Amino acid sequence: MASRARPLNLIAPALAALLLALVLAPLAAVGWRGAGLSLGPADWAAVRFSITQALLSAVFSTALAIPVARALARRRFPGRTLLITLMGAPFLLPAVVAVLGLLAVFGRSGLLNQALIALGLPPISIYGLHGVVLAHVFLNLPLATRMILQGWLSIPSERIRLAQSLGFGPSETFRHLEGPMLREVLPGVVLVILVICLTSFAVVLTLGGGPSATTIELAIYQAVRFEFDLSRAAGLAGVQLAVGSLAALAAWLVTSPAGFGAGLGRELNLSAPEGWRRAGDIAALSAVALFLSLPLGAVLLRGLPGLSDLPAVVLPAAGRSVLVALASSSIATTAALTLALAAARRPQMLLGAAATLPLATSGLVLGTGLFLLIQPFATPMTLALPVTILVNVALSLPYLYRILLPEARAVHSDYGRLADSLAIQGWSRLRWLILPRLARPLGFGAGIAAALSMGDLGVIALFAGERQATLPLVVSQLTGAYRMEAAASAALILVTLSFALFWACDAGGRRAAA
Amino acid sequence: MLQLDRLTLTQGSFQMTADWSANPDARIAVMGPSGAGKSTLLAAIAGFLKPSSGRILWQGRDQADVPAGERPVTILFQDQNLFPHLTVAQNLGLGLRPDLRLTPADRARLDEALARVGLDGMGPRRPAQLSGGQASRAALARALLRARPILLLDEPFAALGPALRGEMLDLVRAVADETGALVLMVTHDPKDALALGGDTAFVAEGIVHAPVETRALFANPPKDVQDYLGRT
Repeated sequence: MASRARPLNLIAPALAALLLALVLAPLAAVGWRGAGLSLGPADWAAVRFSITQALLSAVFSTALAIPVARALARRRFPGRTLLITLMGAPFLLPAVVAVLGLLAVFGRSGLLNQALIALGLPPISIYGLHGVVLAHVFLNLPLATRMILQGWLSIPSERIRLAQSLGFGPSETFRHLEGPMLREVLPGVVLVILVICLTSFAVVLTLGGGPSATTIELAIYQAVRFEFDLSRAAGLAGVQLAVGSLAALAAWLVTSPAGFGAGLGRELNLSAPEGWRRAGDIAALSAVALFLSLPLGAVLLRGLPGLSDLPAVVLPAAGRSVLVALASSSIATTAALTLALAAARRPQMLLGAAATLPLATSGLVLGTGLFLLIQPFATPMTLALPVTILVNVALSLPYLYRILLPEARAVHSDYGRLADSLAIQGWSRLRWLILPRLARPLGFGAGIAAALSMGDLGVIALFAGERQATLPLVVSQLTGAYRMEAAASAALILVTLSFALFWACDAGGRRAAA
Repeated sequence: MLQLDRLTLTQGSFQMTADWSANPDARIAVMGPSGAGKSTLLAAIAGFLKPSSGRILWQGRDQADVPAGERPVTILFQDQNLFPHLTVAQNLGLGLRPDLRLTPADRARLDEALARVGLDGMGPRRPAQLSGGQASRAALARALLRARPILLLDEPFAALGPALRGEMLDLVRAVADETGALVLMVTHDPKDALALGGDTAFVAEGIVHAPVETRALFANPPKDVQDYLGRT
């Protein structure tokens, strides 16, 4: 391309370098401080537990999602579209809220134990490995279902018609159509959920703990907050980084771009077998609907009465959370757009690396590194919110980049030459071409980033004192103190704000694109 | 004068050369088999492809360092000539001012151009609300407004029927007459080349041959032109 070097061409590489530094500097601090540290038996137990719970969570989520996805793929019923849409929601549901809901159903005085006691049976405990796995399945089963459903919808309709014209029954259909599709899709689903569960913190903070149920992330948190053993925290962070980056790399290589933005509206004419298969589909759908809605319904019922009498900490925390979410979402969206536009023009290693590297880390790993970097110069507590914003920017950047890059490429290939030939550059290009064409994915991506940031409980737990607490931290603290009604009320506010932020950004993008 | 001075264009393993010049008011059809490099030639003149050697000169000035938007060129692509999210008027306005800050005089010119191509009152419409022929007219109206001295047509009317294509060619000639532009038009159809009037540059086997008068070329075609036209 015959274009003169413009100063604009340097913005994206500079930004990429800055983002790389944001991730690499904490990692270097972790490596420096943690190097040579030998892990004790308790640390190895944490490593084992991390991997065990993540594997179990990923396998259960995926296995249970298969019948649900198949039922959704081949049945038509009122409320089907609504159910599929709701399946997208747990991705944005703050984990602390999910935990609270599960406690209301499966907890010590929850619905299930009340029923068991009434029947004269011994109560069950939700704490420990099975509780952690249960919560992870609750959070990730819907994601797995949507990913697998996408696989079903990607079977070409010609092939389905061919199968029908050849008189395939359900077992032949499975062998020749569904089986091959699942073999292709399932490894990616398992790996994505594995990565999510390896870096899950909020769930383990409440439902795990103790020598037998501590993950690496939880051990990092305890080392920083309770033992103030920063060297041990750094060593653990190094291990978490190694485990997490291996899993993230595998997932990145295996999976195609995530489809949670797609409408899944395509019609598919899979034959819907009758008889016991019909009963099985109905059972799968009812079970998953009940499993997903009961805990959330319980939070709603418990939380509503307390809304008029909130603990004093809740509203200021809500305000801080909204500020953090808005700041990190707008910074991350701007950064991702800058990188995606530059990469769409000319692929560059640096840009891709900057946008992908954060996937290998976690909130607590980055948090530990930043803690180590800040501590010699300032009280980490005073910088809790800026650090949370930065970490949220880094962690949401890969998702945003992945959402924006294909769209930026499409705009470049469809209209790049036309815009070039009309000398539409700089601000005019942004105003008249990029923003209108990318309004939808920008709004959607900003909404995802805002909601994830709003509900995130990770790095803030490392840094915050009373006066820096965000809403998820307050919910978690109230839950930990068994103030369940107050926790539920705060959780309601948290959920409402998270989804309101997502909706506002997403709808804004749609309106701007219209 | 447009000069292609020992020009070599390379795309991957594909290479083509051109070494000729054309008068500022020439009408040149660019013909040749698919994949011969007709679009590549236009892309190079428009500034989307750097020559691997040789020069492209306009009125004696080397265009190598001139960005696409500042070249003396208006180009019409096969499709995507209009931004679908902007109105027809905005699409035309971008041809006058990339930041769309139009003066009342600009708007008057814009309305005039719309009327000139037969799109009176269609300014507020979106491209999706136009027929294929109307979209081509809108793109030609923008070419009229920009009034650049070179008009490059990369088969913009390929999807239109023969009658409509004839109308568009009439309009192209009218626009070129009014702006005094040199026209380079890629086409597959000998009739279009004849309708454009003027010369034809035949592209084959990595060479863009110097333009020769279209009638003369078809009356007495050399071997490769015969092969292309399918005459025995």
